[in-house]
Amino acid sequence: MPDTTIQNTLPQDGAYNYAYLDEQTKRMIRRAILKAVAVPGYQVPFGGREMPLPYGWGTGGIQVTAALIGRDDTLKVIDQGADDTTNAVSIRRFFARVADVATTTHTEEATIIQTRHRVPETPLKDGQILVFQVPIPEPLRMLEPRETETRTLHALSEYGVMQVSLYESIARHGRIAKTYNYPVMVNGRYIMSPSPIPKFDNPKLDHSAALQLYGAGREKRIYAVPPHTPVKSLDFDDHPFEIETWTESCALCGSTESFLDEMIVDDTGKRLFVCSDTDYCESRR
Amino acid sequence: MYVAVKGGETAIAHSLDFVADKRRGDRDVSELSLEQIDQQLGLAVDRVMTEGSCYDRSLAALAIKQARGDLIEAIFLLRAYRTTLPRFGASEPLDTTRMVAERRISATFKDVPGGQVLGPTYDYTHRLLDFSLAAAGERPEAPTAPADAAHTLPRVGDILQRDGLLEPPPSRLNGEAGDLTREPLVLPADRSLRLQNLARGDEGFLLALGYSTQRGYGNNHPFVGEIRYGHVPVSFVPEELGFAIEIGEIEVTECDMVNQFAGSHDVPPQFTRGYGLAFGHVERKAMSMALVDRALRVDELGEAVTSPAQDEEFVLAHSDNVEASGFVQHLKLPHYVDFQSELVVVRALRAEVEKRLEQAALAQAAE
Amino acid sequence: MSTTVLAPGFTNAPHDAQRLFRGVLDAFSHPGRIVELRDAPAGPGTLSTAAIGFLLTFADRETPLWLEAGIDKQEVRDFLRFHAGAPIVQAREAATFGVIVAGGGEPFAGFAIGTDTYPDRAATLVIEVPALDGGQPAIWRGPGIDREVRVAIDGLGDGFWPAWSANHALFPCGVDLVFASGSRLIALPRSVAVEA
Repeated sequence: MPDTTIQNTLPQDGAYNYAYLDEQTKRMIRRAILKAVAVPGYQVPFGGREMPLPYGWGTGGIQVTAALIGRDDTLKVIDQGADDTTNAVSIRRFFARVADVATTTHTEEATIIQTRHRVPETPLKDGQILVFQVPIPEPLRMLEPRETETRTLHALSEYGVMQVSLYESIARHGRIAKTYNYPVMVNGRYIMSPSPIPKFDNPKLDHSAALQLYGAGREKRIYAVPPHTPVKSLDFDDHPFEIETWTESCALCGSTESFLDEMIVDDTGKRLFVCSDTDYCESRR
Repeated sequence: MYVAVKGGETAIAHSLDFVADKRRGDRDVSELSLEQIDQQLGLAVDRVMTEGSCYDRSLAALAIKQARGDLIEAIFLLRAYRTTLPRFGASEPLDTTRMVAERRISATFKDVPGGQVLGPTYDYTHRLLDFSLAAAGERPEAPTAPADAAHTLPRVGDILQRDGLLEPPPSRLNGEAGDLTREPLVLPADRSLRLQNLARGDEGFLLALGYSTQRGYGNNHPFVGEIRYGHVPVSFVPEELGFAIEIGEIEVTECDMVNQFAGSHDVPPQFTRGYGLAFGHVERKAMSMALVDRALRVDELGEAVTSPAQDEEFVLAHSDNVEASGFVQHLKLPHYVDFQSELVVVRALRAEVEKRLEQAALAQAAE
Repeated sequence: MSTTVLAPGFTNAPHDAQRLFRGVLDAFSHPGRIVELRDAPAGPGTLSTAAIGFLLTFADRETPLWLEAGIDKQEVRDFLRFHAGAPIVQAREAATFGVIVAGGGEPFAGFAIGTDTYPDRAATLVIEVPALDGGQPAIWRGPGIDREVRVAIDGLGDGFWPAWSANHALFPCGVDLVFASGSRLIALPRSVAVEA
């Protein structure tokens, strides 16, 4: 195994604290996590650190996981539902190295699952923690770019701008055309970005038995959904929330219930559909 | 196949080998030493120290070597190292009147106490490629004047300030300056945080913003009150001693920008300041920083926000090149799940529209 | 200066703190659930080990600490200053964490409740109770609770639950609570409604 860029500039890995972050930083993140759990859906600012992985590549999720992880944990890392995508591999290697932790690809075996863009198909259990990597934590950001404004809108529960945006989508397309990062209302109080998961996964967030933690490193925010908490995808009475459906089934396991990835398999544009959740798919074959 | 690749582990290992090999390049060419980078690419080292927020020439040189000269990558490497270092406290404020200056110029007065010192500048070089540099060989040393370390160098701004022509610098903070590498930025930011953000900010971004103010996007009619570059002592008060001791010297570039007067019926007109400070000799950065600092003082000076450089949230949220680079480049990561969701909807919408058009065509044909 | 020997803190800070944090996080994620903090150090003996474990896990130089008079003993101060480095403050509103003994009046009055824009800037209070069960049962409902849970914390005074209802009504502002007894604790975040 070659040295990575990190190793070259530094003393050996032993010079780092357990799980990379120093204890002071972990305490700061842990305090933020407690407040995030106490106020579901509210984005807690935290003193995000500069991690040895690039911003936008999961530094928020990595800091949350680093504050959580211990030698008794079993870690699973997925990106696009798969354990073997390059960034998932890279993050898993990071924790195997700095936290000496067992890793798994099996959803049921994991105590902590760090994810980008998917929620596992297998229902999560009490005691599991799902850590989301979040690029833009603010659900209103594309409607109002100013943090000073959106913070006030959340404080006042003034969410008309979001309703208008969804309604405009209906007026134009006859339906809500938002497909991922679909906004949710948490515990009837805060509108929250579920991170860029497909809306297919939104129903899994509702009353989940697992704790959901969301980390945004570049934007320096942490938020949470405790277990058994109502998470409602925004919709209208005459345009209820719907998830994606496929006419195809998984070419590998035959599933008709999972989120399918589409692959182009030849020059004529022939398509093949397979499960995005590789562990789910493998367990069914 | 990109999508369902197995063996990401191996691919990453090979990629790491490959990039390490590329970094070294042709083995027949001798390897760069950190001393060579420090001495001969010193301005690159200065920029990496400034935006990396870490004054250590050899670490910055190492980062540049490791990053193959990609300075933003080198800044990232240095920052990721810096964040793991223990903190002993904050130094006393630098006193730049104690600078042993290699360069010091003012554009506002023909002569000033301490004099105009041109120093090592590219300003008056003719930008003709010097082909003699392509050949090896020793260069003659430049003649030097003896440095006068005992002499203090008054700031041009202070002289103007004495006459009431220039506003005094903002009063000292209560307590310690903030540190946005430890605390999340809360807006509106206080001046210490704003200056820290700008000092760490991308030189190119600040240059463009500073330039935009000169072209009318938030003009504040700047004059270079003074630019100075040289060594200044750093003092620190250790808890156990309770008094300041000098712990070393650093090289900095300081820019005091004097801007057009504000004033009204009741307040006499007065010039206002913009301030820039950077590690090493980084003049373009210090000047850009001073322009943007002044532009961002709109609220305090009762001006209207009309331009990007005056918009605190816009500037401070987008100045950091490590953040920006990471987020722009994260688009390389797979997004096929979200794209699939979009495909499903776009196909459905297209089908609906086609059906509508077909029905309309049929209805027309039936008429 | 006290001449007594300082009680030991964590034996292995990163790992002890991590396990305790996960215990407390489990408690906050499941209000009403009794969580045992197995690895908490005993401390000076005047506070429950659960309270000690909580404070060593979360308190440090950046988190001012308020101690109720009955707890504010020299050995407690020495212990928390040495092992956590937390400044001990006299004003409730300045405290990030407070430690109080159950049974007193106006238990939350004066502590920071956060603001509408920053509700996270609110205090977390550790309440020392005689027992986490065997008291007057109450029904808890809210995030983290599957429908509802019956909790019977002992030793809370008469005015306690009305005061809690007032705190809960401030949501998203309000304080969060940890009830500590022996080595066990129960968390009560501000999001939870209690029917006493």
